[in-house]
This record gives sequence, structure tokens and C-alpha cells, in this order.
Amino acid sequence: MNPFSSGTRLRDMIRAIRSCKTAAEERAVVRKECAAIRAAISENDQDYSHRNLAKLMFIHMLGYPTHFGQMECLKLIASPGFPEKRIGYLGLMLLLDERQEVLMLVTNSIKQDLNHTNQYIAGLALCALGNICSAEMARDLAPEVERLLQFRDPNIRKKAALCSIRIIKKVPDLAENFVNPAAALLKEKHHGVLLTGVQLCTDLCKVSKEALEYFRKKCTDGLVKVLKDVVNSPYAPEYDVSGIADPFLHIRLLRLLCVLGQGAADASDTMNDILAQVATKTESNKNAGNAILYECVATIMSIEDNGGLRVLAVNILGKFLSSRDNNIRYVALNMLMKAIALDSQAVQRHRTTLLECVKDSDASIRKRALDLVYLLVNESNVKSLTKELIDYLEVCESEFKGDLTAKICPIVEKFSPEKIWYIDQMLKVLSVAGNYVKDEVWHALIVVITNASNLHGYTVRSLYRAVQTAGEQETLVRVAVWCIGEYGEMLVNNAGMLDGEDPITVTESEAVDVVEIAISRHLDLPTRAMCLIALLKLSSRFSSCSQRISNIVLHYKGSLVLELQQRAIEFNSIIEKHHNIRSVLVERMPALDEATYSSRRAGSVPAAVSTSQGAPLNLPNGVAKHTSSPLVDLLDLTSDDVTAPSSSGGDFLQDLLGVDPSLDLSQPGTNQTQKSSNDVLLDLLSIGTPPAQSSSSMPDLLSPSQDNKNSLDVLDTLTSPSAPSAQASSPVGSSMMDLLDGFGASSSVPVVENNGPTLPSIVAFESSSLRVTFNFSKQPENPQTALIEAQFINRSPDIYSNFTFQAAVPKFLQLHLDPASSDTLSASGNGSITQKLRVTNSLHGKKSLVMRIRISYKMNDKDILEEGQINNFPRDL
Amino acid sequence: MIRGVIVMNDRGKPRLVKFYEFQPAEKQQELIRSIYRVLCSRAENVSNFVKVDSLFGQDVRLVYKTFATLYFVFIFDSSENELAMLDLMQVFVETLDKVFSNVCELDVVFNFNKVHTILEEFILGGQVLETNSSEVVKTVEEILKMERAANSIKVVPSIPGWQGR
Repeated sequence: MNPFSSGTRLRDMIRAIRSCKTAAEERAVVRKECAAIRAAISENDQDYSHRNLAKLMFIHMLGYPTHFGQMECLKLIASPGFPEKRIGYLGLMLLLDERQEVLMLVTNSIKQDLNHTNQYIAGLALCALGNICSAEMARDLAPEVERLLQFRDPNIRKKAALCSIRIIKKVPDLAENFVNPAAALLKEKHHGVLLTGVQLCTDLCKVSKEALEYFRKKCTDGLVKVLKDVVNSPYAPEYDVSGIADPFLHIRLLRLLCVLGQGAADASDTMNDILAQVATKTESNKNAGNAILYECVATIMSIEDNGGLRVLAVNILGKFLSSRDNNIRYVALNMLMKAIALDSQAVQRHRTTLLECVKDSDASIRKRALDLVYLLVNESNVKSLTKELIDYLEVCESEFKGDLTAKICPIVEKFSPEKIWYIDQMLKVLSVAGNYVKDEVWHALIVVITNASNLHGYTVRSLYRAVQTAGEQETLVRVAVWCIGEYGEMLVNNAGMLDGEDPITVTESEAVDVVEIAISRHLDLPTRAMCLIALLKLSSRFSSCSQRISNIVLHYKGSLVLELQQRAIEFNSIIEKHHNIRSVLVERMPALDEATYSSRRAGSVPAAVSTSQGAPLNLPNGVAKHTSSPLVDLLDLTSDDVTAPSSSGGDFLQDLLGVDPSLDLSQPGTNQTQKSSNDVLLDLLSIGTPPAQSSSSMPDLLSPSQDNKNSLDVLDTLTSPSAPSAQASSPVGSSMMDLLDGFGASSSVPVVENNGPTLPSIVAFESSSLRVTFNFSKQPENPQTALIEAQFINRSPDIYSNFTFQAAVPKFLQLHLDPASSDTLSASGNGSITQKLRVTNSLHGKKSLVMRIRISYKMNDKDILEEGQINNFPRDL
Repeated sequence: MIRGVIVMNDRGKPRLVKFYEFQPAEKQQELIRSIYRVLCSRAENVSNFVKVDSLFGQDVRLVYKTFATLYFVFIFDSSENELAMLDLMQVFVETLDKVFSNVCELDVVFNFNKVHTILEEFILGGQVLETNSSEVVKTVEEILKMERAANSIKVVPSIPGWQGR
């Protein structure tokens, strides 16, 4: 006999499927069975249809498609026999989706079965309805279900009660019909019916305000009495769960009381006594008892305040925390999370137990406990809690270190009573888990260090000690290298000793050792770049090591990383050739602005003026390489050229993409403003010319004492090695470099002619081949309006045709462009195009002009687009 | 509300799958696989509760327990008491044990629709219907008796005759 023929029994099919060795074999068996079942269905074979449907359910469980069996379910439900109906209803619940049309067909059968004399058949129908009923069916069948709520057999009553829940969830309008029958169920003696009745009431309260009011008014007292009876009832073995009488009923009753008590002082008052009784009398050595206590706590937490009860509740949770059962600790922590919002004082008392939970072996418990401890920290307990957490950081598993540091750092930052404590704690964290610390944390630490001038010596010495033992922690090394670069001499000469600090003998060479080891040991670019800068700084401070430093720097001239190579070349040139300015160049960083930094971290955008000086983390050592900083520069730029009345993040993004609606793009002749996404990208990149503020802050930072001209020269020499490459590359490319490269930026900043007449001409834009000059004039009667004559000169050997110039300005400006003198620009500087612009500045005297320009032309049949931003307008335009 | 009950073996084969909110077949398999992955990666000495927001939406948790080769999993939302779910699972398993007298994986495999019938007496539409195991056993036995009675009345055509077609 072929076991796979359609005549196989369910058992045989399951056996055949189980004996399959591979998924392919299983698929083959299932395919064969399905084919046989389909054949039987199409032959309308009645005898085996319920067996076939049972098979289909098994096949469905394994994940194969079974939609062809849906109609069989309906047929079986309509058949008279009990076994057929049972399988039919089971299939209906498992195989059918919620498609209305199919379900509509079954409504009538269910209706008949609900009225069936056989209560088991009525039970099947109720069960199916409770599982799959749609809104349509709910409306059609609600009266039947309502009637069954009063059926003589309790099994039917309880099923009808749960079925009603599905109905009122699908059609909340029907709730009012169920309020009275549900209230009647609360007087039931049968535990099962009472349980479902209470649940029905709870769900009625959820869908209908009127129902909630009704139950609150009429049933609160009754429910309290029911709960009292249940609590005090003699032992009922049939509902016993590990020695506790009917915990589910307890829980359901408590849950309903919770709903009724919420926001109702009177109702809450009524239940205080019984809640206290449950909270104190329930045994807590079994899971079932704890489930009741847990629910009781939840109720106490939600109903109107009663101080005494809440303390009692939090104490129960505290007891849970020291339970040996993980599940109990887990739920207690979840609940404490809610409790802390209500009564943090009460939770505070369980701090010690919570700290133990932070060290739990279960990761989910650890994490929750840590979240809680984090919320419990305040000024008065920060020292002891931090100590505990840091101690644990040393011993905990490595995968938890990330979470733990992420919590410790903000605690220390937020609540530190004094800077020295903050620095000490952060150094401990960095030494233990430096590799898990986020960038912003050590950035913030550096900001704090620069501002604590009395602690510079102490900090650099502590860091020196720490790095000796924990040199593998990258962020620690970064901070140490930075501090040695800045305060190296304080390390060597023990300057600024604090009381009680151990003196330390470090030679200059030993200090350089730290940096040299770091640069060779850590491969990460920012770390190495920071090391190079530290070396540059030390080169002028540690005269004895000058040659050695020079050698190390020299070594990186051959680095394959462009950034390192360029720095090494520049620094080497400073060390070798520019003794006279070196010491000024490498002066100590000024203190970084803490307020700006913290506001920036908080995501708010500081005013345009403060950003240029407050960019603490891209400028500190000239390493403009942190991923965030170029972006920040970009943001600074855009905040400069827009009036920035609104500076939400969204606006910034718009600015960034050059689609800010406040910029009106005007164009002579045609008014086409099509912007492909490509253009948008170009816009993004083309705003590379740094704003006046940040370019002028550069010389300030480097040489505050020198006059401007000198420092510009310095910068010129500095950038000279990289200048040719910048010029050779496309305009887009070079502006990108400008963005990323703090020093290089100055090379492309047009030089402002300061000593001209009141309205000097400017070079508004200059690329490798195109030069744009602006000449200004003003009518004395109209100071707001400036007349600009733009002159375009082509220095390339090719003629430019189809030459168009476009300009965009922020909202406070109005721009008018006259047609250009020509659209062909002759080659090699022979001749020029001129175009007149009229700009009206509504904020004359308060804001200077800014303009974004775009020039397009054809050269050798190639379309070329050049873009730029003009920030160097004379001030009084 | 209880969102679903899943019984699967320690190799991830589903043995009983019941969702109280409609899930298409493919989605069911996906959920079963995801849950299996979660359960496999749980260490031994950890709590029985797992947050499964990512699979089922906000605040949905599951409780699981291993009995011999089977994982029993209840999925539920915040309107249920976690500890009570653990107890309900215990009662459910005890009932299976009574009905099948010493239940094992094979009993569940070959009698999956009987197991469904038992589950239907515990949970209806995602709500707890009954928690008294002897009450459930009584009802289930009643149902089985009716099945047997119906089957013995009906004369089932013999299998060879069927095959001849």
C-alpha cells in the first residue's frame, strides 16, 4: 500500500512528514498530500473531509499554503455531526484570514449553532466567534451572545462572557447592551464565570466611559466584598495553584479595581482596606502568591494616592528584589520603574538592593536595574553610587561595560559636586573601560579640563600615571596625549601641585615616550593625528627632545594616510624652518567654552557668532577630522548667510541642501529654477568658503599677539605644500578640501583689500580659470541699495559660450539682476562680460550682504557649472 | 490580552501554533523563527520573560518555559500579569499531562488538534477562560466521548475500497 495515497490517515501523514530527512523531502510529501486533498475536495468527497481538514491544519502549522481548504471548513461547520463541526470550527480559527466575504458565509451557521440544543456545539460556536468575529458578525450575533450570558450551564456563560469582549472591541457601540448582564455576572459563585465576568467588566470600562462610571458607582463595593471573600475563603483545592487559592481570580479582581480606582478618590478609598489586607496577608514564597502581590502593587500604584499604601507597595517590590527567583526580580524592576515617578523617596530606600541587581547574572535584570539606579542618582548620593558603579565596571563582563559607562558618564557629568572629582571619576572610567566610552564623553572631559586651570598640572600627572597601566584604552590615551601636548611642562616640573598629591618625577623624554608609544600602538587616525599635534607642541617646550620629536614626525611624512602625511610635512616644516614663530604657533589652547559645547551637545544650535569660536572639538589641535566637525562647519556656514530667525534642525537640513525657501533664486531672462538632486549636492559642497568669522578666528587662535598680516603669511607658508593640489583639482573638490582642512581654507579665501575707498572692489569668486570681480556703487539718497557691477574674466585658453550667472540671497535681501552684456566670454583674459546687480538690504547696518552664486557655461561643448558663496562683501553695504 | 501560544521543540519545529490576532501564514513562520532564535540565545540562569516589542508591537512580552524537549511560549501584552502567565502555562502543561498521562512531544505531535481543544478551554479569544485544570479535563473528556460516540455510529468505508477509485 502506498502510504502517500489520499487514503492515508492523519497519523500516517504526520509520521511520513516526520521521517523526512531533508526539507525537500518534506516538501514533496506535503505536495503529494495537498494534491490528494485538492482532488478529494473537487470530487466533493464527504467521508474524509474532516480528516483532510485536520491534515491541512498540520500542513498549515508547518508553513505551507492551505487556502484551498477554507471552503471545506464552512462545509464541515454546516454539517450536523459533532466531530465534523469541531474540526470545521478549529479550521475556521486556524486557516481563515479575516476576509469578510468568507466570514459572511459562516455567520448563519454560527447563529444556528449558538442556538443548538447541544451545549458543546454552542460552546464550539462561541469559541470560534470569540476568536475570529468581525465587526459585521458582531452586530449580527450580539443578541445571541447576550442571551447566552444567562445560559444555565456555567461553561457556556463563561465562554459567552469572553465572546462578548471580542464583540465590544470590534463594535464599541454595542457596549451598552452588555453592561447590565456583565454586572450580573459579578454576583456569580462559579469561579470560572466570575473570572470571565470580571474580565468583561474590565474591557467594558476600557471601551466605554459610561460603563466605567456605572461600574464605579454600582459595583465597587460589591467587588471589594467579592475580593474579601476570595481572600478569606477556605481552601478550595480545585482552583489551587501551588497552595494559593485561585490566584487568577485575585488578579482579575485587582485589575478591575485598578481601573475603577484610577482617578476616583472615593472608589480608591473604598478599596484601601482590602488592598492593604492582600498586600500584607498574601504568602510570598510561591510564584502564585507573588503574582497576586505584584498585581496588588500595580493597583496601589495606579489608584489615587494613599501614602501609606504606596510605601507598603514599594517595600513589597524591595522584597521582590532580594528574591532568588529571576522572574520576580524582573517584574519588580519593571514596576519600580513606574513607582519611581510617583514616589522616588520610597524607591530610594532600596538603593542598595538595586545596586546588587546591577551585578545580577541575568543581563535583562542588570540593564533594568542600571536604568533605575541611573534615575535614583542625585547630588547627595552621587559619590557613593558612582563609586559602586565604577568598582563594578572593573569586574563586570565586557559586554556590559558599554551600557555601564554610558550611564556612569552622564551621572558624573550631571551631578559632580566639583571639577576635581569629575576629572578623577572620568579618569577611572577611561582607565577601566576607555574603549567603550563615546566620543562626546571624552570631548566633554577635555572641555572641562581646559576650564579648570588650577587642575591642569594635577590632571596631566594623573593621566600620565593612568596611561602607564591602561595604555590599551584608546580614549584614555587620546585625552592623555592631548593633555601632555598642552600641559607637558607641568608634568615635568610638577607645577601646580595640589595638597596631598604625590610628586612624580618624569623627564621630558619620558613624556615624549608616552606619545611615541601611543602613535605606534594605536592605528586609529584621530589618535595618531592627535599624537602628531602633541609632538608639535612639545617640540617647542621640550628643547632636549626637539631632535627626537623631529625624527618621529619625519617618519610620518611617508604615511599612507593622506591626513597624517600632510600634517607631518607641515609640522616638519614648522619645526625645521620656522623657529621664530613656532613657540607662538603652539601656544596653549584657550579655555573652551563649556556653555557652547553643552548646548551643542544638547542638539540646540547656538547663534552664528558663538559657533565660530565655540567649535571646541574641531579646532583644539587643528584636527578637523572628527566625523561631526565638517558637518558642524557646514552648519555654521549656512547659519551665517541666513537671517536664522528659526533654527530648528529641519531648517538646517534645508539650508544644507540649498533648498531653503527663504532664498529666492533670481535669474535674468528665463526664470527656470529646476534643481536636480545633483545640483542640490553641488550646493552642499559649494558652500565651502568659510565665513568671515571662522577664517578670522583662525589667526586669533594661533597668534593672538601678532598682527593680522603676519599671521596670514604664516598660514600661506603653512599651506603652500598643499596649495597646488587644491588648485589643480576641480572647484568642487577644492572646496571640499577647504571644508575638511582648517589650514588649507585660508588659501582660497579671497583677500579683502582693506585700504581702498569706502566701497572697494572685491574678487567675489575665483576658480582655476574664471575670475569674478564686483565693483560697488551707491546712491547717497538710498543707502540700503547697492549697485554691483559684476565683471567676469575667462583666463582659460577656451571660449565660454552660453554663459549665465545666477545669484541667490537670503530673505532680508532683495536682488535684481540686469541682463548680462553678452553670453560669450572670450578666452585668455581678452575681454569680459559685465552684468549689473541691484541689492537692497532691509537690515542695512545690521547685517552684511551674503550671496550664493552659480555660473554655468559651455566650454568645448561641455557643460560646466561653478558655484560659490560670497561672504567678503564690504561691511557697510 | 494573550496574543499567541506557541509550542515548539528544541530544534524550532512548531508543534502547536495559535495566534489570537490574525497573522498570515508566512508571517506566522517568520515569528516562530524569530522567537526560536531569541529562545536559543537565552542563557540558562535568566528570567523567563523576554520583551518582544520588535516582533509584536509596543509592550508585548513573552514568557517561555522548557518542558523536556518542548518550549512553551505565551505571548501577551501589558494587560496581563507576567507572573500569572507563568502560572497559567504551568496549569496548561499539568492538564496536558493529565489528559495524555505523562505527556511527551510525540503526544503533542500526533494529537495536535486535541491539544487545540484543551487550549480552547483555557484561552478564548486571547482571554483566560478557565484556570481550573480538573474542570478543563472534565470538559475535554466530555468532548472526546461525544467524538467517539459519533464515530462509532457512522460506518466508515474501509480504506482499500477508497483506494480503488
